[in-house]
Amino acid sequence: MTKIHVSATVNGDPVEYLADPRESLLDCLRDHLGLTGSKEGCGTGDCGACSVQLDGVLVCSCLVLGAEAQGKKIETVEGLSRGETLHPLQRKFIEHAALQCGFCTPGILVAAKALLEQNPDPNESEIRFWLAGNLCRCTGYDKIIRAVQDAAAEMRGAA
Amino acid sequence: MAKDELKTGYRLIGTRPDRPDGLDKVTGRARYGADITAPGMLHAAVVRSPHAHARIIKIDASKALALPGVKAVITRADFPTGLTGEDWNLQENTMAGDVALYDGHAVAAVAATTKLLAQDAALLIEVEYEILPHVTDVDAAMAPGAPAIRPGSADPSVPEGMHPNVIRYIDFGHGDLAAGFAAADLVREATYKTEATHQGYIEPHACLGQMGADGRGEMWVCTQGQWYIRRMSAAVLGIEAANLRVTPSEIGGGFGGKTTIFMEPLSLALSKKAGGRPVKLVMSRSEVFRATGPTASTSMDVKIGMKKDGTITAGQVYFRMQGGAFPGMSPISEALQCAFACYDVPALKHEAVEVLANRPKAAAYRAPGSPMAAFAVESMVDELCRELGLDPIATRLKNAARNGSKSSFGPSYNQIGLVESLEAARAHPNYAAPLGPNQGRGVASGFWMNHGGETSVSLAIGEDGTVGVMVGTPDVGGSRASLALMTAETLGIPYENVRVNIVETGALGVNEPTHGSRATFASGKAAVEAARQAIGEMCRRAAAEWGIDADAVEWKDGAAHPAGPNAGKFPPLTIAEIGASMGSTGGPISGHHESVPGGVGASFGAHVVDVEVDPETGRTTVLRYLVVQDAGRAIHPAYVEGQYQGGAVQGIGWALNEEYVYGTDGRLQNSIFLDYRVPVASDLPMIDTVIVEVPNPGHPYGVRGVGETGITPPLPAMASAIAAATGARLRSLPMSPPKVLAAIRAKGRG
Amino acid sequence: MRYHTPKSFDEAAAIAAKADGKTRFLAGGTDVLVQLRAGMVTPDDLIDIKHIAGVSDIARTADGGWRIGVAVSGAELGRHAALCADWPGVIEGMNLVGSTQVQGRATLVGNLCNGSPAADSVPGLIAAGATVTVTGPKGSREVAVEAIPTGPGKTVLAAGEVISAVTLPARGTGGGDAYLRFIPRTEMDIAVVGAAVNLRVVGGRITEARVALGAVAPTVILVPEAAAAIIGTDLNDAALAALTAAAEAAAKPISDKRGTAAFRKEVVGVLARRAALIAFARAKGEAK
Repeated sequence: MTKIHVSATVNGDPVEYLADPRESLLDCLRDHLGLTGSKEGCGTGDCGACSVQLDGVLVCSCLVLGAEAQGKKIETVEGLSRGETLHPLQRKFIEHAALQCGFCTPGILVAAKALLEQNPDPNESEIRFWLAGNLCRCTGYDKIIRAVQDAAAEMRGAA
Repeated sequence: MAKDELKTGYRLIGTRPDRPDGLDKVTGRARYGADITAPGMLHAAVVRSPHAHARIIKIDASKALALPGVKAVITRADFPTGLTGEDWNLQENTMAGDVALYDGHAVAAVAATTKLLAQDAALLIEVEYEILPHVTDVDAAMAPGAPAIRPGSADPSVPEGMHPNVIRYIDFGHGDLAAGFAAADLVREATYKTEATHQGYIEPHACLGQMGADGRGEMWVCTQGQWYIRRMSAAVLGIEAANLRVTPSEIGGGFGGKTTIFMEPLSLALSKKAGGRPVKLVMSRSEVFRATGPTASTSMDVKIGMKKDGTITAGQVYFRMQGGAFPGMSPISEALQCAFACYDVPALKHEAVEVLANRPKAAAYRAPGSPMAAFAVESMVDELCRELGLDPIATRLKNAARNGSKSSFGPSYNQIGLVESLEAARAHPNYAAPLGPNQGRGVASGFWMNHGGETSVSLAIGEDGTVGVMVGTPDVGGSRASLALMTAETLGIPYENVRVNIVETGALGVNEPTHGSRATFASGKAAVEAARQAIGEMCRRAAAEWGIDADAVEWKDGAAHPAGPNAGKFPPLTIAEIGASMGSTGGPISGHHESVPGGVGASFGAHVVDVEVDPETGRTTVLRYLVVQDAGRAIHPAYVEGQYQGGAVQGIGWALNEEYVYGTDGRLQNSIFLDYRVPVASDLPMIDTVIVEVPNPGHPYGVRGVGETGITPPLPAMASAIAAATGARLRSLPMSPPKVLAAIRAKGRG
Repeated sequence: MRYHTPKSFDEAAAIAAKADGKTRFLAGGTDVLVQLRAGMVTPDDLIDIKHIAGVSDIARTADGGWRIGVAVSGAELGRHAALCADWPGVIEGMNLVGSTQVQGRATLVGNLCNGSPAADSVPGLIAAGATVTVTGPKGSREVAVEAIPTGPGKTVLAAGEVISAVTLPARGTGGGDAYLRFIPRTEMDIAVVGAAVNLRVVGGRITEARVALGAVAPTVILVPEAAAAIIGTDLNDAALAALTAAAEAAAKPISDKRGTAAFRKEVVGVLARRAALIAFARAKGEAK
């Protein structure tokens, strides 16, 4: 099968890869670009562990073809921090013990970042519904919600 | 680092520092099972039976092998023969022999140069089946006329006349049952059922295996126990354990489900056949549901007698549990031990049978057996309380197991915290919160015995006085932090100066997995002992330096000091100074401890839940949830709370919506997260927690395991809350809306 | 599998018409990629229609209705204030499809063409009287949404035909619509039952109504008897009881892993009643 040459921007860096038309963007990030921070938990868009932003829109990268990313801007968990400086969400997740196994964490961080970009002051219910597509089996979500609330408060204060 | 208000006097124990692996896990750097590659790596795919029970007539891989890039195909014929007992069962589950025993049972596997090619090749492997009659329900599997799945595999314990699918029977008890029931004012009996559930860890099983023609191999794998993977894989493949080096990756959840092998030997066998090239094998979510280890499903009879004042006079249970087509993994023994563990009852009888069915081989899931047993017994206790108009917590306190009580399963309890947990639940504001229409409150207690297990830990002092700890229990939820805290506390050094490394099988003696809530207890106890050993050596070095007896040296605040004025006047020698000079004072300083630790502290808890049920649709909403549990001592309270919250939510999922749904064809119908309905963030309120601390005298810091008990009370607590809200008692899980609505309607008619 | 990115619907239709194997059109991909991944459908030709001009537009039609491009995502629909004000029921149906992540990609037409009787956006579209433009080798035609699905996973579309736009009629005055679905969890499930009600209120009485039900028949169904039960009424208890009974009577559900037939039959009446009350309040300007 003929592969498709794709040029895109990932976390600000220009990238190129050859995608089999059947490969998802998640496959391409992980297998062709070595960006294994995005995880595959289901492959059906039900768990959110592969969450990335595609031209600013939160998506499951398992439900996007690698070929569709041509010319797009992709942001993954690897692009959350700036050099040594963690994103407030990253810091707050550690501080609040909002992760146990950590496997769902990259997707939840990316999803929470997308939430705070459009709603800097979400209430508990808004956070819970926004993150309903990000399954976490370890924490019962409690500490995740608190970490997002705390990061949002800090970001509002800093803005 | 705010120190919690604990009465410990400890410097670090009870604080909440950042976990050591936090940075890796929030940046995407942490490497899980599927995140590693190797030069020359191949990818594997597995061909699985679409039938619940079928004889394998023929496997033709010629078309697959003809594809350029396909390097190896294996079937059961590529495995050694002559295995017996559990080794044979493991091999049989890894790859079907003559008969596929469940939907999803592996029948062949292929390795190729790309993932897509391996998947394409798997589709080209032709398998001819002769479909056999199947059975998936536990009661149906032991009914007359059910197809015998593995005739002749019953254990001698099984009474005469039972169906050949019944393969094990156990019973125990004490007291005069008839007299107990006769003394009761109310005796009720009922049957309760629970469906199989899955641990639902978000990370699918993944491994990268490599094995040469010499039978030496290596494996990278997400597992709770690298030595278990080594022993089981070696047995299935007929190689020597020492020739297989197993390195655990970070693990994306396990909850008991990653304590055994499923497909790991396939990657090794494929690698060997493909000339030793490394082979990566990653399960899809659907494969995880179909072909790893869910829980047993159960059917349980319970009979309890109670006096009007709430005194339980007698109890009797008969549990039937199917754990798939393989013996050994129906937790009948654990379920019976947990059934009445929270109670001090004068007369009890416990019976259970293990039953085979055409389902995947069950695996452990968080307090295996206990949630089901609690659903049956705690629901019945609630039914009796309701009928007699008794407060459920007061009744539980009246009958509670206490320090020194003889447990329902034999041994006497040492220091336990059930009474303290129940009292804390009763005192919590949630227990007095007002309830509205269609709302109800449920209460249940829970128990898990906890576990010690084979444990080996090493510790080495660095040249700068910092410390590396080698442990064998993978970190599933923050144990690196708790182990570093205990080590640093013992040595009197900063938390940040201890690095805890989870090591491969070549680096330590055998460790059991992170299971049985044992990592912080057992590895912690061993780390403390190892630290004490290193302290002893450091004191000897200081004594030698000062020219005094080692007995005259004491260790405090991270340094050796003369033990009082008679020992002499010397400035303290810090761990950093001792580390810096150790090359010239006798060489490296380390500590090591290995044991099967005793002193395991049993774990009790009590939950209170409020729900609202839509009377027109049967949908249940959890309004508030309280977990109270005895931690012995919370080393890192945030991760203790996390265990309580996570366990409770898994229990809520089990209670409400999670279930294995089999069609009449014996195929699993809901093998994706869309239809296997684990709780999502918007389903839940915050989960309130109270950490009770009744220190375990069997651990240097009082630790008892905290991981498992939390999943146990939610099943009955939710059922009792729904009964309180609707007047309808559900005795079958899950309490999904159609069942709840039907129960409400049946009550209306009744 | 070949991946195509045509620049017009005519080109897309031509590629599909020429193809001799399995063909799928790709917009949001939230069904196509799941089927691909599961090995259920591996198309020989996958035609990505997102590169066609106008597919991401939401525009007023000359008569005051709305024309919605086939690649407009649920999230984009939900952010369009004027469209949401006109057709809140249609949009809330679409916005119930999947997670936030799925909303970033999933489309009305994708949800329709997947052919599921449980599709959350379809009852609202049918109740609203929406149509779709079908473009094929012989040109384009306008088809009512209820005529598209023919059975589970099946549509009326012939080989080479592709839906090129969705049109919602003008809302007019006194209109209100609503969609409710039943799922066991709060999110992430396929509807066990769905009900949409669209109505118009003049002088406190319902003058027009359309009721569509999901997941109780092989396709989403339009139920004129349910509409008749409330037309001419002020949605009093008797009208609601008649609506409930009509919805239950029209439901011919099956039992499956997601719910029992008895449950669906009972709950569809509950949801129709609740949706009618919301639509009624919206029509009277008493609710958003």
